[in-house]
Amino acid sequence: MPRALRSALPSPGSLAAGAYAALLYGFILLPVLVLVLFSFQDSRLPVPPFDGPSLRWYGAVFDDPRVMAALGHSLLVALGASAVSLLLGFLAAYGLARHRLPGARGLQLLLTAPLTVSYLIIAMGLLITFNSLGVPRSLWTVGIGHVVINLPLCFAILYSQMGGHQAQIERAARDLGAAEHQVLLLVTVPLLWPALFACFFLSFTFSWDEFLIAFLTSRFDVTLPVEIWSMLRSGLNPKTNAVGSFVFLISVALVLLLELVVFGRKRR
Amino acid sequence: MPDAPRTLCGRLRGWGFVLPGLVWTLAFFLLPLAVMALYSLWQRLGMRLVTELSLANYRAFLAKSFFLESLLNSIEVTVTVTLLSILFAYPLAWILAEKVPPRWQRIGLALAVLPFWTSYVVRSYSWLLVLSEGGLLSTALQDLGLVDGPVSLANSRAGTVIGFVHFFVMLLTLTIYANLSQLPRNYRRAAQDLGAGPVRTFLHVILPLTLPGIMVGAFLTFVLCIGDYITPQILGGNRELLLPQTIMLQIARRSDFPMASALAMVLMALVTLVYLACARWLKLERV
Repeated sequence: MPRALRSALPSPGSLAAGAYAALLYGFILLPVLVLVLFSFQDSRLPVPPFDGPSLRWYGAVFDDPRVMAALGHSLLVALGASAVSLLLGFLAAYGLARHRLPGARGLQLLLTAPLTVSYLIIAMGLLITFNSLGVPRSLWTVGIGHVVINLPLCFAILYSQMGGHQAQIERAARDLGAAEHQVLLLVTVPLLWPALFACFFLSFTFSWDEFLIAFLTSRFDVTLPVEIWSMLRSGLNPKTNAVGSFVFLISVALVLLLELVVFGRKRR
Repeated sequence: MPDAPRTLCGRLRGWGFVLPGLVWTLAFFLLPLAVMALYSLWQRLGMRLVTELSLANYRAFLAKSFFLESLLNSIEVTVTVTLLSILFAYPLAWILAEKVPPRWQRIGLALAVLPFWTSYVVRSYSWLLVLSEGGLLSTALQDLGLVDGPVSLANSRAGTVIGFVHFFVMLLTLTIYANLSQLPRNYRRAAQDLGAGPVRTFLHVILPLTLPGIMVGAFLTFVLCIGDYITPQILGGNRELLLPQTIMLQIARRSDFPMASALAMVLMALVTLVYLACARWLKLERV
């Protein structure tokens, strides 16, 4: 075989690697493809043969007041919980990174501890506690639970980003006569802006997608994952495909936005 | 590095920053855990809550095969899922880090975790579309003439494992890729210069150096998998229960919070044990 030709052909190793990658990508992407494809199904069952495309199930989703209400609740809880998590996480990270506090190590451990406990246990603890205190379950209690899981995340990320370099810039601002709140708002926050955005975004997606806490601590008003959960009781249904595909579309759009805003800036 | 005022006033201000987050964590995380621990020592008899401390729930856990079996099921499924996920994810991460040109790696990685962005409940439901009777898999196998009638992998342990492996392959690909892509290329060259073939280079240089990435991923897999209720409930059904399903059953059907709390404590103890066993590889304190 001529040498040029041989080097143009992929080696057996690369071929095997390519085949393996194709197989795994197939496995990873298969359920999403099936979900989206059969959301355009025309008949009542989202199984082969495909007889679409039809938008009737998307119509059914947008006409369903329960789904639309759940969508609104999810947005509300996710925005609120992310904002509170970000604020509390930022303040705690600033306090611990810039002030010498006794027991700082223990505080750090305590603040990040919820990351190591499964949602089921956090949800149960909240349910039992609210129950015994007579606090009614509502979107508020869901939001409280979502701050519990997102606060440690925001704290950990922001704490890791508050390096000595920024401390020096802050000191310079202080030397130039800036008051503490001015340092915070005019120096620290702008310096940390990409990390702050990433934290908010991460919290938002976690809250948006969270099921167990929302399931156990809500009652009449539910979030979207809980509503989808109750839709599953009717078995396989193209309408569920349509809701799922719609949520997926929103998430991917958000990811692209994050990519553009945070990483786009860094690369330039 | 902490350079702010060391006066009492400055210190108080430092506390002021930490306080809101601290109070939140104490009130809505630590207190509920304590309440749950207390509840696990109470008992529900009929419709009544007996607030006398006893280990009855834990004794019931050890005595009733129903509870122990669900714990064993959970451990079996979780170990299977963790091992399978590492096995499938490692080659993919390696191919991404080594064989794919750098500027395509980001896209390759984004594509490999694309289903992360479907909602958790929806992801399990999507597998139901593939695995259930009359679903894609069944139809494809029938069309190929491999099986006679419709087949179903839903409502079985296989369904649960497939759903879990799907999610954790993505997670482990991320952690292992992150580790692989940070390895200096010189190491490999050095191993080759010293006469090691590709296999020996991999076994003695690359694999040990990526152990931290594997361990972090495996630990996350274990913790998230053993505490998950959604995947086994949707894909595994009720034929055999995993521990979280048993816990939810105590809450939803029987309103037996004390028993559910005791089972949750068992789950937490198990996760803590695994954490302590892995701690020296995880080095989480450095994060």
